[in-house]
Amino acid sequence: MRFINIIPTRPLAVFLAILPFALVFIAYSIGSEIRLTENPSDKLLPAPSTIWDTAVRLVSEGDRRTGRILFWHDTWASLKRLALGIGISASVGLLFGLLIGLLPLMRSFLAQFVAVLSMIPPLALLPILFIVFGLGELSKVVLIVIGTLPFLIRDLSQRVIEVPKELLVKAQTLGASSWVIAVRVALPQIMPRLIQAVRLSLGPAWLFLIAAEAIASDLGLGYRIFLVRRYLAMDVILTYVIWITIIAFLMDWALRRASAKFFPWAEEGL
Amino acid sequence: MSFVTVKGVFQTYGNRPIIERINVDVDEGEFISIVGASGCGKSTFLRLLLAQERPSRGEISIAGAPPAKEPGLDRGIVFQRYSVFPHMTVRENIVAGESFRRGWGRFWGAERRAALARADDTLARIGLDHVADQYPATLSGGMQQRLAIGQALVARPRVLLLDEPFGALDPGTRLAMHDFLTDLRGETGMTVFMVTHDLEEAFKLGDRVLVFDKPRWDPQDPNLNGATITYDFDARDGGIPFQTLKEETHVFHPA
Repeated sequence: MRFINIIPTRPLAVFLAILPFALVFIAYSIGSEIRLTENPSDKLLPAPSTIWDTAVRLVSEGDRRTGRILFWHDTWASLKRLALGIGISASVGLLFGLLIGLLPLMRSFLAQFVAVLSMIPPLALLPILFIVFGLGELSKVVLIVIGTLPFLIRDLSQRVIEVPKELLVKAQTLGASSWVIAVRVALPQIMPRLIQAVRLSLGPAWLFLIAAEAIASDLGLGYRIFLVRRYLAMDVILTYVIWITIIAFLMDWALRRASAKFFPWAEEGL
Repeated sequence: MSFVTVKGVFQTYGNRPIIERINVDVDEGEFISIVGASGCGKSTFLRLLLAQERPSRGEISIAGAPPAKEPGLDRGIVFQRYSVFPHMTVRENIVAGESFRRGWGRFWGAERRAALARADDTLARIGLDHVADQYPATLSGGMQQRLAIGQALVARPRVLLLDEPFGALDPGTRLAMHDFLTDLRGETGMTVFMVTHDLEEAFKLGDRVLVFDKPRWDPQDPNLNGATITYDFDARDGGIPFQTLKEETHVFHPA
């Protein structure tokens, strides 16, 4: 039988899916074990049990000075920035994507401009953002917006252009105005694409968030990681990294489920 | 006064003439089949009728109105594919035929309920009432085209344009669609233009069959000349009794 025709059964598929996670965990445990037998106070690869203890302490014990559980405050601060940034990016991207995709006038006016803007490395603008918007929340949100917006605009306008011409002509023969075509034909057709584009943007959004927090902040997941780096607190860093990964994965999963639930007609295309 | 008047229409893309010297008069309620080889401007002619494109020269007017600049309510269209909105259910697709002309493209309240009831009547008539809540992607090709025709008709266009509507259907479904279209036409008395590759279909459904072809053919540069209407057959009654009567008036005479 050819390899392309071998389809794993359900238990095998589950086993194969879990396998790489297990392998990484085992490899880490062995590495950590070797280092710790050599030097019990080694900080580079803390034992999984140490990480677990640290994680439990982080999520349950308050800060010695203020009594706040910093882990949850960090999470909340970062999620707020991320949601705000992505939310603004998605709404503005949707608006301009529709305008550029539907109106040839707007396409001539803005398409090239957005293409050029998207080539600016957002992190190179970070100092300017700190100077202009200060070190508060605004500059971090703006960095996420600047980092993800050009991609969203370009992707969504391309999706609007890809809506079959036939549908736009058909809508016109039913008497639809440009406005009706935008809100009843183009908008619903690209909503699943918007969710997909947001899913793809989440990676860069986290990158910009953590970069901004690492440089100037007093709260946030990225800030904490870069703070405890000074004490080589690998157990804290790894807990935060795993936590960020879990959050990012859950967001991706939720968006995928939302797309399937709200746009069942698009299932085949996704 | 004819219903659809096509006067001296030329269409050129860049330097390439596609169709030349098209002159046709069509009476209200006539069914016009358009046939011809690929690349002979049939679909271009249909796009001109639809006002999706404007001719380089000449003009097309429907019911004496000035030539249209863009597609509108007076022309209905069914394409071979992508004729229904995939993000709306079958029932919503029918309602869209009436509601898209509104400011928000929707009906509200009592008006909406009335429109939904009318849509259910329409769906029962075109035999799609059992799939009213499904999305078009779940329907077969024939059902999708029936939906597309039904949707175009609820908008009550003056002229219905069909661009190879049954081209992607299997032969059995195609025959069923012929009956469906014939019945609908009997009810509405609509003026129809249909582009098709199938000669049998063209003569079976049409009152007239227009043949698009290139009257002059340059072997060195086949794209030098555009196509035009080379034959205009009377196809009523299987094309037999009227053929001799109208032969003189409709045969193309190269100038």
